[in-house]
Amino acid sequence: MNQQPGTSGLIFNEPLLWDKSCKGRCAMSLPKPDVERANLDESLTGDAPELPQLSELDVARHYTRLSQWNFGVDSGMYPLGSCTMKYNPKTNEVQAARQGFAAAHPFAGDKFSQGALKLMYNLEQYLAEITGFDAVTLQPAAGAHGELAGILIIHAYHAKSGKQRSKIIIPDTAHGTNPASATLCGYESINIKSGENGILEPAAVAAVMDEDTAGIMVTNPNTLGFFESNIKEIADIVHSKGGLVYGDGANMNAIMGVVKPGEIGIDVLHLNLHKTFATPHGGGGPGSGPVAVVKALEPFLPIPRVEKDLDSYKLITDSPDTIGRLHTFYGHFSVMIKAYSYILSMGSKGLSDVSKLAVLNANYVKESLKGTLNLPYDMPCMHECVFNDEFQKEHHITTMDMAKRLLDYGFHPPTVYFPLVVEGAFMVEPTETESKEYIDQFIDAVKAIAKEAKDDPEKLHKAPLLTKVTRLDEVTAARKPCLRG
Amino acid sequence: MRYLPHTKEDIEAMLKVTGQSSLDDLFNCIPDDLKTKESIDLPEALSEWELNAHMEALASSNIACKEYKCFIGAGSYDHYIPAIIPYLISRSEFMTAYTPYQPEVSQGTLQGIYEFQTMITELLGMDVATASHYDCGTALAEAALIALRKNRKANKIAVSALVHPSHRQIIHTYINPAGYEIIEIPYTKEGLTDVDALKDMDDIAGVAIQSPNFFGNIEDLKAFKAVAAAKKGLFIASFTEALAYGLLKNPGYFGADLVAGEGQSLGIPKSFGGPGLGLLAGTKKQMRNLPGRLIGKTSDANGDEGYVLTLATREQHIRREKASSNICSNNGLNAMTAAMYLATVGKVGIREIARQNHDKAVYLKASLEKAGFESSFDTPFFNEFVMKAPVGFEQKRTALVNDKCTFAGMSLEKFYPELKQHYLFCATETVSKQDIDQLVKEVQ
Repeated sequence: MNQQPGTSGLIFNEPLLWDKSCKGRCAMSLPKPDVERANLDESLTGDAPELPQLSELDVARHYTRLSQWNFGVDSGMYPLGSCTMKYNPKTNEVQAARQGFAAAHPFAGDKFSQGALKLMYNLEQYLAEITGFDAVTLQPAAGAHGELAGILIIHAYHAKSGKQRSKIIIPDTAHGTNPASATLCGYESINIKSGENGILEPAAVAAVMDEDTAGIMVTNPNTLGFFESNIKEIADIVHSKGGLVYGDGANMNAIMGVVKPGEIGIDVLHLNLHKTFATPHGGGGPGSGPVAVVKALEPFLPIPRVEKDLDSYKLITDSPDTIGRLHTFYGHFSVMIKAYSYILSMGSKGLSDVSKLAVLNANYVKESLKGTLNLPYDMPCMHECVFNDEFQKEHHITTMDMAKRLLDYGFHPPTVYFPLVVEGAFMVEPTETESKEYIDQFIDAVKAIAKEAKDDPEKLHKAPLLTKVTRLDEVTAARKPCLRG
Repeated sequence: MRYLPHTKEDIEAMLKVTGQSSLDDLFNCIPDDLKTKESIDLPEALSEWELNAHMEALASSNIACKEYKCFIGAGSYDHYIPAIIPYLISRSEFMTAYTPYQPEVSQGTLQGIYEFQTMITELLGMDVATASHYDCGTALAEAALIALRKNRKANKIAVSALVHPSHRQIIHTYINPAGYEIIEIPYTKEGLTDVDALKDMDDIAGVAIQSPNFFGNIEDLKAFKAVAAAKKGLFIASFTEALAYGLLKNPGYFGADLVAGEGQSLGIPKSFGGPGLGLLAGTKKQMRNLPGRLIGKTSDANGDEGYVLTLATREQHIRREKASSNICSNNGLNAMTAAMYLATVGKVGIREIARQNHDKAVYLKASLEKAGFESSFDTPFFNEFVMKAPVGFEQKRTALVNDKCTFAGMSLEKFYPELKQHYLFCATETVSKQDIDQLVKEVQ
């Protein structure tokens, strides 16, 4: 595997659907009418929507061509930091597509939905065991939705205790979703800086924590890829003032079998099944964002909840302190099936190995590239490492230039310009499913690009050169929005 | 383990580069007292074949077999899904990509969602549609928040009692912590939202009406728009059955400011209720208030057309605590599925399928009337309607599920305690005349 994967090939042009439309075509095998036509009053009916009129081959070719303009994990290495773009096992898709799951109606009733409820119950137990918490809800539809659930739980806890609080502490390494979730509950975000070594200092928390502060939101491992080793001391400070500790578990992939967040002072944690538990990202969802809590917070979990009663399972809505309902039904059930299948395929040792190898891969990349790219914090990392473009500045090359050039080499770029605490951040999360060979290719590609930055900077400014389109004009797109054809 | 490629030699070579002597040493940066003492207690790992057997056993203990007949809707509908849709949507270039942060290698997702936005605006008669939300309930809660934030003097949102019961609960969950309230608009004996009751309500930032409503009846959206406008509130229309707009006048026609809907009917399996597809659309005036991702058209450095994520200044990763919502991942792959479905059925197909839904529901209702059921409301409906059942029906209903895998309607009493013995029925294009005749024979 000495050859880089990026190459040029035949890419097809494909117009917008309606530009292919031809009056009279229909790609659907229409069911035969077998009852009398019943006409609604004309005051109620409108014209048929102007949808494209296509044959089945038109549709097949359209989406096949579109798909070829996309890059997925199956296409190549996708080291997008903080997104955990690991391989999505195909057997999980087969499991979710089984008739008994895919055709199940959410209002069929508990008695006729035992398989689905049992799966949800078991998955809750497994996630509680992996994270060290007492109870889990699977209802949130994505990570940010899980965060909202978590903050609503904290809000409900303080309301129940008799005095609502007005603020919440958020470190500068947090995902943007953290402060946005806090705002939805009416909490003011109190931003604090991480210390010189990239982790939170207890003193910084103690300086702002008071009895009007609802708690703190901590991502651990944080978005610099470091374990927050002061977490217990920080939790003690927050707890001593009556606050709660929210854990953003987006980076759980680094610590399975090593640390159980429920054992180190965290009170509520969300997980992303589409990150740690290998369900596909789908071009931006659907994800799933279960929330795990300590015993004291269980009464606040959203309804309905799944309960086991001897050998049968039922949905419970009678929960006086609940934050309420967050999804029309029970959350993203088919995503839960895939995560459940993944956990059963891996077992305890498999999941522990996942975290060990994810951390190995990230440290290997960090050590291999640290002379090539600047490493603002040179410490052992967890599942991801953050570089920046400091060394390339003298050649007027930015992180964006290098990211775009990586596309030509056949790699999806890392997360760029995040976390905000590192200027020009270049955040690599290889994940455990990438082999040494693929990672070595990536390392070689970055080294080759760093050399190009010196020898032929113009090439990087123009990159990408091999993709279907080159750099797009985002400024005009935002200034003169054209959001429909 | 087949998903983990590392050989023993790889691990040794890589550890050497990191300067650590074992995999466990990689975690030396974590204080010992924070490490867990116990390994994770999980069932033993299964082979693919053991997993198949386990999962099939679970799946088959749900009553959703091949012969299954579904006369329940209530927010999750049984429709034909053409084979081409699961086939195309399984392409890993769509499925295993993430949010299109790098547009040069994401044009497939971007053009596909741009086409989705366009077809949704066409279906609903609106100017702008977002790249999707989680489901109708969460989209509706976001629409309520838009109305409440815009109108700082009013802190209530008027919501019809015939908005899906779960959606009303979700709105409450979302708006209550910020100090806002729902005021519920009662329904009339015709099974429609009481517009006169709304006229008497004050301090309202918006009005949310579902049509077809939870009873399946078609609301007079024009009347609600007029009252909402007179009260200087936003008019929010919602729906759970997207195919209704293959036949009915759309919410845009009646002047909706915002539309929140469920798109599950557009090629997405029921899957025990999720993931569905939240649709969220607005007038041009609301464009910058809408939460979540939007795809826009632009051009590249060579002047070629292309698509990008745009108007990101509304979003959490830029605006942080000032963002219009915290949403990040949406239901992108289901939006792509819906686009494939709309392209497949096209203008001709959506009309015909919508008509067949209505035809079958009318036939089912007439047949049930002959079998001793009483029509609860004499109001035009799309593919769902309410009937009062004769005594003894509940036992027959349970027996039908057990014996024939047929779900004959859903009891409304749980949601509307005053409607004892009332059932919500649904008929779609997937039930034949013969299925309906058989059902009626069984429940007579």
